[in-house]
Amino acid sequence: MGMTLAEKILAAHCNRRQVQPGELVNVRVDLVLANDITAPLAIKEFGRVGVDRVFDPKRVVLVADHFAPAKDIPSAGQIKMMRDFARAQSTLFFDGGEGIEHVLLPEQGLVVPGDVAIGADSHTCTYGALGAFATGMGSTDIACAMATGDIWMKVPPSIKLVYRGQLRPWVGGKDLILHTIGRIGVDGALYAAMEFTGQAVAALSLEGRFTMANMAIEAGAKAGLFAVDRTALTYVKGRAQRPYTVYSSSADARYQAVEEFDASAIEPQVALPHIPSNSVPVSQARGMPIDQVVIGSCTNGRLEDLVTAGRLMAGRKVHEKVRCIVIPGSRQVYLEALRQGLVQAFVESGAAVSTPTCGPCLGGYMGVLAEGERCLSTTNRNFVGRMGSPKSEVCLAGPAVAAASAVLGRIASPEELEA
Amino acid sequence: MKLKGRVHLYGANVDTDAIIPARYLNTSDPAELAKHCLEDFDPAFVGRVQPGDSIVATSNFGCGSSREHAPVAIKACGVGVVVAGSFARIFYRNAINIGLPILECLPAAQEAQPGDTIEADLASGEITNVTQGRTYHAQPYPEFMLELVRAGGLVEYTRRRLAGQGRR
Ligand code: SF4
Repeated sequence: MGMTLAEKILAAHCNRRQVQPGELVNVRVDLVLANDITAPLAIKEFGRVGVDRVFDPKRVVLVADHFAPAKDIPSAGQIKMMRDFARAQSTLFFDGGEGIEHVLLPEQGLVVPGDVAIGADSHTCTYGALGAFATGMGSTDIACAMATGDIWMKVPPSIKLVYRGQLRPWVGGKDLILHTIGRIGVDGALYAAMEFTGQAVAALSLEGRFTMANMAIEAGAKAGLFAVDRTALTYVKGRAQRPYTVYSSSADARYQAVEEFDASAIEPQVALPHIPSNSVPVSQARGMPIDQVVIGSCTNGRLEDLVTAGRLMAGRKVHEKVRCIVIPGSRQVYLEALRQGLVQAFVESGAAVSTPTCGPCLGGYMGVLAEGERCLSTTNRNFVGRMGSPKSEVCLAGPAVAAASAVLGRIASPEELEA
Repeated sequence: MKLKGRVHLYGANVDTDAIIPARYLNTSDPAELAKHCLEDFDPAFVGRVQPGDSIVATSNFGCGSSREHAPVAIKACGVGVVVAGSFARIFYRNAINIGLPILECLPAAQEAQPGDTIEADLASGEITNVTQGRTYHAQPYPEFMLELVRAGGLVEYTRRRLAGQGRR
């Protein structure tokens, strides 16, 4: 019987011809990641495993992005701990301001098609856009994988999502994934691998695909994968730091479920508080007052996102009732945004533009919400207290809705600005 | 290994931001994390919880981020076992890896009332609601995971495995 993309990658990484959903396997890992929140715990646990060196320093990546550049003294201590470890072990290390891990790693070619990548961060699933099997774990898993170069896993069943038709104007990957989670729920793909297919996603740029794979975890999934096509290969060329292998699902592969969507009927989406599955078409959220707009994060902090926001914000002013924070996802994105005049346009419009960081996405710093405030954000989670006070609210949307809302001072559809 | 304690009852989708808010993630000290366990979600929890108590929830417990700080905080405030209809997968791994006992059993979670006393037998997966006089059977751990639990967590397990391979 044929295997899915996810099954083929896992089989290849445990030297098996065939694996079945539900089997426990020990797989080789191509890349191990941790950040300034999860690395300190992982480093402590690594010390207890009883080896001196990591399995391969070129395959261990530590990124300071959550509270970096350090927001306070304890955070500075955590970052210092990872920097010292990275130096001692000669692992890869990205310090504060270089970028958000899930924007940075694909951009630097550190993760490639066919990889098994694990990270002590739930949004590690982002790399599925490259046809890699990538999944988030905890610090202890990462500590042991840093020592051994392998990890135990349960082979997940796969769920196929088929998006037919053409996207409407201003609709992107974020809208597709919010709509999908709204339909299947935050545990709609629990333990499973989501496989995104169909004409509408084939037409998406890699950036749009990263956005979708990024939020697979918000449906409870272990991974979210895309087939490797021309678009993906073009992205990988010139970046890949290692040889890569392209796998694809067999025609007779077995899926736990198949969900079909008419993508041409999907409007820009907004996920209302306090759960990502609370998504509605923007027309139903229009007019909701907001105090802050955030454009950035590992979900929507890539160049295409800034270009989309820039198209709506350039030459216009951020509404006086709203503060708008724009955060390029990596130094490369930042530089390209500078070259294209986007940073200038954002600053002129009245937005605050920050160096790359997770910052407000997890209520860290650079845009923490007060009691009673509401933020419209291009990030991925709107749980209670996610961006600050437990009495604040977060709504999620793509960059087009976020930019239009920043200008109009309330939740708004991009078409309202154009009209 | 039998664990006995009072039930703290919650619903579906208790996320990791609810279990330990990000503003406390600038430390990984268990005692410090324990002080803020469920702080925004159930502010009275930390004052109420007694060593050996259990957290019982319906479904998708621990969804959201990969922060191991969440099971660490729960364990450090003395909770003996978490029983839920289902767990988010990263939380599930993390709990097993750090030695926080968890059991998957929907009927036990649905029928429990706050303050009930329950007893959980990890080896057999048997959960007894002593207050209501009912017994349930949780999904037993697969053999490999039992090994992890018996070893005392993933680090210990890996230590032994590497020692066996002569890498230490
Ligand atoms: S941007 Fe937000 S979701 Fe992404 S890695 Fe940072 S904190 Fe996590």
